[in-house]
Amino acid sequence: MKKIINDPATVVEEALAGMAAAHPDLLKVSYDPMFITRADAPATGQVALVSGGGSGHEPLHGGFVGAGMLAAACPGAMFTSPTPDQVSAAAAAVDGGAGVLLIVKNYTGDVLNFETAAELMDAEGTPVHTVLVDDDVAVEDSTWTAGRRGVGGTVLVEKIAGAAAARGDDLDAVAAIAERVVAGVRTMGVALTPCTVPHSGEPSFTLADDEIEMGVGIHGEPGRERMKLVPADDIVEILLSSVTEDLPFAAGDRTLLFVNGLGGTPQVELYLAYNAARKYLAGKGIEVERSLVGNYITSLEMQGCSITLLKLDDEMVSLWDAPVHTAALRWGV
Amino acid sequence: MAGCTASDVVAAVRAMAAAVAEHKTELTHLDREIGDGDHGENLAKGFAAVLTKLDAATPETPGAVLKLVATTLISTVGGASGPLFGTAFLRAATSVGDAAELDGPAVASALEAARTGVVARGKAEPGDKTMVDALTPAVAAATATADGGGDVAAVLAAAAAAAVTGAADTVPLRARKGRASYLGERSIGHADPGATSVGHLLGALTPGAA
Repeated sequence: MKKIINDPATVVEEALAGMAAAHPDLLKVSYDPMFITRADAPATGQVALVSGGGSGHEPLHGGFVGAGMLAAACPGAMFTSPTPDQVSAAAAAVDGGAGVLLIVKNYTGDVLNFETAAELMDAEGTPVHTVLVDDDVAVEDSTWTAGRRGVGGTVLVEKIAGAAAARGDDLDAVAAIAERVVAGVRTMGVALTPCTVPHSGEPSFTLADDEIEMGVGIHGEPGRERMKLVPADDIVEILLSSVTEDLPFAAGDRTLLFVNGLGGTPQVELYLAYNAARKYLAGKGIEVERSLVGNYITSLEMQGCSITLLKLDDEMVSLWDAPVHTAALRWGV
Repeated sequence: MAGCTASDVVAAVRAMAAAVAEHKTELTHLDREIGDGDHGENLAKGFAAVLTKLDAATPETPGAVLKLVATTLISTVGGASGPLFGTAFLRAATSVGDAAELDGPAVASALEAARTGVVARGKAEPGDKTMVDALTPAVAAATATADGGGDVAAVLAAAAAAAVTGAADTVPLRARKGRASYLGERSIGHADPGATSVGHLLGALTPGAA
């Protein structure tokens, strides 16, 4: 393992300290329990969006804390969900009187801890609503699994619901928009290499030099199959055909196309994949109205990408375009 | 033997912490096979925090000890293990109430309550390849032993033996809950880390309770 770290046990705390020092205008950091809030929290009268999950997926979620997006993020240990006391303390710190929306990715640990946190908040009288993101089409949603994982679609849910909160929608309305994004978004990812969690020191799985893992989750969990490396056009076709067949997306649909790097993939390959995706969608008559390309929900240094497609309507477009000012996403301000 | 007091439960919890520390690497390796490779690390971190709390406080009843373990695990472990093991201890604490001493039937009832809590929280059933596959036979054995007049030591010994067998029996199963479920057929052939840790935790109680 070769990483820029001091001690595996203090990676998250030291990274948080760096983040706080780099963005004093945007965010504040609490260390015990650990959470990140908007510098200007609580925003009075605004629904507060709180999310979180294991560390190692940066910029998700701390990079999306700020005006127009999350009010708070709770980082767990590497690839491990945060604990209920983190979530409830973060929620208490950012509740501006209009209630709290918890945005949770569908992983067993995240679901259990946020569920427990919601019970705590409920007991304290804080209005709380939970939205579960489960956009990964690589996983069969059946009694045979814990259900579809929450992956790239999470970023879009946080941006669009965050804009709804910023314009003053009440808790039910913000939750409803978040649910609409969840209903209309699908994702699938591919890994070219594994990653190494600092405290473990060993790669999360092994792939031969000419192998790729198709349908991978954000911790390297497998999805559909291990296969030989093929050209980018073919990789994108496998990812996007799975995504478009699932909802399904049809000719004439307006979409947001999000090509996400898993942490170890150069921008040039992401843009190349984006180009391949545009060609594929054009061939299907699916219209791309908005785009996002870059590393937004990662798995440490894993090479690979995910492709996310969201079916848009006018309201989602205007909420997507609304101003956002966070460490990792910023426009309109 | 006499009933089990708060100080006996503290000794039992210390034995569990030692067992988790001893098997940390094994549990993490098992978790790397079918999960995300942090089960041993996280559980060890949680029990280390429990020891720190026990050094600073002296809970007066078995229930108070169990509740301290529960809240500490929930707030330090994270992942799925924190809420699941935490819920198990919390329900056991509720089951024993403020009794000063526990007899065999009380211990069996506490284990039953723990299992019920884990099932409710994790929504797993026997056969899903989870800690429930160790807890379920452990509860059955504990209950049968208590019903037969067994004391605390006998109840715990029966529970531990059944849990270890239950954990081993998860090897041929296909995971249907948790992160291992994403592996589908590839989860077959590995012992479930959560079930294995239940075996270690209950196994640690056998000598201490005798």
